[in-house]
Amino acid sequence: MKKLRLPLSKEDAAALCAGESVLLTGTVFTARDCAHKRIFELLDADMVPPFPIKGAYIYYAGPCPAPEGMATGSCGPTTSARMNAYAPRLLRLGLGGMIGKGEMSEEVRRTLAETGSVYFAAIGGAGAFYAHAVKKSELVAFPDLLSEAVYRFEVEDFPAVVAIDSRGKSIYQRG
Amino acid sequence: MRTIDTRQIADCVASLAAKACLRLTDGCRAAVARARETEEGAARFALDVILENDETAQAEQIPVCQDTGVACVFIELGQEVYLTGMVLADAVNEGVRRAYRDIFRKSVCDPITRVNTGDNTPAHLHVEIVAGDRVTVSFLPKGFGSENMSALKMLTPAEGMRGALDFIVETVKNAGSRPCPPVVVGVGIGGTFDGCALAAKKALMRPVGSQNPREEVARLEREVLERINGLGIGPQGFGGKTTALAVQAEVIPTHIAGLPVAVNMQCHCVRFEKEVL
Repeated sequence: MKKLRLPLSKEDAAALCAGESVLLTGTVFTARDCAHKRIFELLDADMVPPFPIKGAYIYYAGPCPAPEGMATGSCGPTTSARMNAYAPRLLRLGLGGMIGKGEMSEEVRRTLAETGSVYFAAIGGAGAFYAHAVKKSELVAFPDLLSEAVYRFEVEDFPAVVAIDSRGKSIYQRG
Repeated sequence: MRTIDTRQIADCVASLAAKACLRLTDGCRAAVARARETEEGAARFALDVILENDETAQAEQIPVCQDTGVACVFIELGQEVYLTGMVLADAVNEGVRRAYRDIFRKSVCDPITRVNTGDNTPAHLHVEIVAGDRVTVSFLPKGFGSENMSALKMLTPAEGMRGALDFIVETVKNAGSRPCPPVVVGVGIGGTFDGCALAAKKALMRPVGSQNPREEVARLEREVLERINGLGIGPQGFGGKTTALAVQAEVIPTHIAGLPVAVNMQCHCVRFEKEVL
């Protein structure tokens, strides 16, 4: 499996093809429904989001609380399609890419191609498996959202599949 | 009369929840393992990860999926049982609160304010009065990636079983990769609007791959499964032969004017525990 470091270089992003399995190492920020809503409220008010969007990677996930001795609890991906409304604007602001599960909208696919960014699919339901790929976790924003808060994860050899590549080719489009 | 203190039911719910969230059911694991042999590429990779994930969760006693779900609790209460202590629903919630306190995710919120209740209560509780002096408690932690893709339709008798089958297949097709396939498709046929949905959820409590004892219903389950697996969605939507592990239908009498059909989607992460008190 191809090993990649986040943020991806332009060359790395360009070389990826939908359907390829990869191992990701680097920084990702967790954010799902409520966190996205709040980030958009901040952006709309010209306020600073909890992490610089440019070059960042968002992991659509809401982890379980960490057991003793682990960086995080179970932390598989959540359904990305619920973030269809948010992804295009963030990509245009320079978001490096997203990790989640399942198909995203046609608009997201087109925006990924336009910005040369990549959408990775982690394997849904594999919460315990992915907890081991997270080496460090730090609460970044919105603690009142509990598992929906934004966490900075340092991931190492995090297995994923290229779901929509930088040319807009999607593993979910068949035939 | 047999007297049971509801504290015992709270303990039972807490222990069932604690067990259920840490492993796939035996039937589910076996079905995933069988499916793995027929897939290749990214689809096979996904099923390998799912099987490894189950082993990791059990070995380390952490949730198999981070979506530890809405706590769906079904109680069959023998009518010769006299319950003492706190109100039954409070006892069930007490059990849920205890089980979800530490390493399980609290996933329940107010639908309008979206404020989290903080302890995964209230449980979604169904109580049925049955014969005898036993209490059967079933616990189904239900994730919402799949629950979100569920649907119900009030069909007409003229549309008949052909219409029902088309609706079930269409629902799975529209869900695509979003409910974490390979899915288990719980189907309710008949009853009322609410009863039909409940029947679909009860179908999900059957062992994965079990057949409805009524032959014509079992035939329907097989036919729908074949059509769904012909859709090509595959594990995680990566393409492949296994879009569903099983179709499980429950049928109840309905009104002469109607044909309600409910499809309750369940992801590949089937978790379920049951105990008789």
